[in-house]
Amino acid sequence: MQHRLEEIWMTISVGILVVFMIIIGYQTFALGMGPPSHSETIDPQKVEQIAPFDDPGVKEIAENEYEVVMILQSFGFNPSNIEVPVGAEVHFTMTSKDVTHGFQVPGTNINAMVMPGHIQKISHTFKEPGNYLVICNEYCGIGHQAMSTTITVK
Amino acid sequence: MEQSLRETIHENPKKILGVNSQDAKVSLSYLTVAFVSLLIGGILGLVQGLERAGLIQLPSWLNYYQVLTAHGLLLLVVFTATFSIGYLYANLSHALGGLLPKVRKLAWTGFVLMIIGVAMVVTMIVLNEASVLYTFYPPLAAHPIFYIGLVFVVLGIWACCFGVFINYRHWRKNHPGEVTPILAFFTMGVFVLWFFASLGVTIEVFTLIPWSMGLVETTNVMVARTLFWWFGHTLVNIWYLVAISAWYVFVPRIIGGRHFSDKLIRLVVILVVILNIPGGFHHQIIDPAISQSIKFLHVFMSLSIAVPSLMTAFAMFVVFERTGRRLGGKGLLGWLKKLPWGDVRFLAPMIAMISFIFGGAGGIVNTSNQLNQVIHNTMWVVGHFHITVGVSVVLTFFGICYWLIPHLSKRKLTPKMNKIGIIQTLIWTVGMIIMSGSMHIVGLLGDPRRTSDTTYGGHEAAASWVPFEMLFAVGATLLLIGVIIQVYAVFNMMFFAPKGNTEYPVAEPEDDETPTPMWTERWGLWIVLLLMVVAMAYVVPIVDMLLNAPPGSPPIRTW
Repeated sequence: MQHRLEEIWMTISVGILVVFMIIIGYQTFALGMGPPSHSETIDPQKVEQIAPFDDPGVKEIAENEYEVVMILQSFGFNPSNIEVPVGAEVHFTMTSKDVTHGFQVPGTNINAMVMPGHIQKISHTFKEPGNYLVICNEYCGIGHQAMSTTITVK
Repeated sequence: MEQSLRETIHENPKKILGVNSQDAKVSLSYLTVAFVSLLIGGILGLVQGLERAGLIQLPSWLNYYQVLTAHGLLLLVVFTATFSIGYLYANLSHALGGLLPKVRKLAWTGFVLMIIGVAMVVTMIVLNEASVLYTFYPPLAAHPIFYIGLVFVVLGIWACCFGVFINYRHWRKNHPGEVTPILAFFTMGVFVLWFFASLGVTIEVFTLIPWSMGLVETTNVMVARTLFWWFGHTLVNIWYLVAISAWYVFVPRIIGGRHFSDKLIRLVVILVVILNIPGGFHHQIIDPAISQSIKFLHVFMSLSIAVPSLMTAFAMFVVFERTGRRLGGKGLLGWLKKLPWGDVRFLAPMIAMISFIFGGAGGIVNTSNQLNQVIHNTMWVVGHFHITVGVSVVLTFFGICYWLIPHLSKRKLTPKMNKIGIIQTLIWTVGMIIMSGSMHIVGLLGDPRRTSDTTYGGHEAAASWVPFEMLFAVGATLLLIGVIIQVYAVFNMMFFAPKGNTEYPVAEPEDDETPTPMWTERWGLWIVLLLMVVAMAYVVPIVDMLLNAPPGSPPIRTW
């Protein structure tokens, strides 16, 4: 009796884990919802001399599609206080000049680690207008709590 | 002779450890350090809670990140390691009929090494030379003495590992054809995992020492981070394995029942040991430089750890129901009423187990690609490990104290102390529900972890977090009260409780249990499998990180 119950319990629970894996896999590989995993590298001590980071800023790359080239450093974002139109698809291309930082926009799914030596990319379509808070969510030093900026969507 | 020793172990367990007061001294010393660190770490925890809520302002000579570094290291490394060693060495001594003299010497060596290491680490933190937090991610560079201190701590743990391996092997040699006592088996599992877990971080620290001294110019931050999490998350499962040893072996005895199938228990230990190390990768799900397919493989590897946990959940409830029914419980849930809820030795680990249902579910969220992206580095994660480590593990440890410490100090658990323990358990539970609950919710709203002040110039997104942060402070206050009661109880039972004998409550197997097969003792094979799983998980990403490495990072101090 107990043996049988245990088999049922383990089959159902392992089955749930398998279904879970299938959903995650489908979302990652079929729907393109996988986590930010960009693989390009860069010399962390020469960030400002290397394209595209020699010219950080917001660039319109297609109709209603923007690239934001951004450098993170203790304790700020360059560019900061950016503006994009409502409904625009925004691609962030980021790296760090010094230590490890995080790039998070509360209220959205934007959340990525930005590490020195590595270029990280994440995209998001801002569908609602508003003033979005941008924060560094990885401890980066004594002024970490001050490392924030905003994205204004109009 | 062997047979009679075995009988003594089974029939009159309290004689064994009671005889050997030298082993009790080892355990009591480790436990003393554990609860002193708990007290200091707990006070630092409240300080953070109050500053985060904006209720206090730290003086200029002490900053939030120093406090956070010390809180993390004292509780996550020092408290858990010293408690586990004290408890497991007592189990080993009890189960194997005393420690070998050279093993006892190794345990003392480990003790001294760890004290030296912790002293170095804490000094650097206090001097504000190492505000790098528990994870010390480079290129944040602490003072070299901080890293050297960490090496001493690891060496101390290794001394204890080798002690266990030697004693275990010695017993096996003298008992051919027998499986080791279940407590020794658990101890072996924990220390094997500890040894292999610490390899990654040891390599990392050895590369950071010359770098922090300026002898090497740059370091590979991605590899360092990966090696850290090889250790960092395995540590979590080391605590978990220590906690379930008490659930499987002592809790059934405390409620007046028998333990679950010996073979299944060993299978759980083996699975936890083999499957564990790759779990650390889910801390890097939103990192650059690791491909999505590798990340997907690691979702699978992390989720596989849930399998032995699900087996444990089943086993424990079978034991509870069976025991409750034997004691006269009727109906679908009547057996629940027959459990000794008024006994702290049961209540504390029982709440620990129940909280693991929530902790485990939260863990599945953390390990899944897309869900992880929502909660990564938010307060959700802090809430998660306060419910897993802070309740499932720590409340089990607290519950163990009420029989282990009186046993070791040859004293008694009085009804009054039991009542204090019950009150402590309830305060702790309520404190954690408030604190961890509010952390989970506010994490979903985006509140970041590891940040001294999250007002962000009064931005409206940040303003919505404030009420929850007030609740952190309320929960943290209750928890510090809980820490103080627990530390009082521990030292009272160590030095002042009435003299007497306390049982070492080891559960027996059911009468009709089939003998445990000898293949469970093939530790060589388990270690080979462990290494194969580690190789599957780590070879591809680490080789990739090394071959495609960017120019490294110099040491940077930003505090």
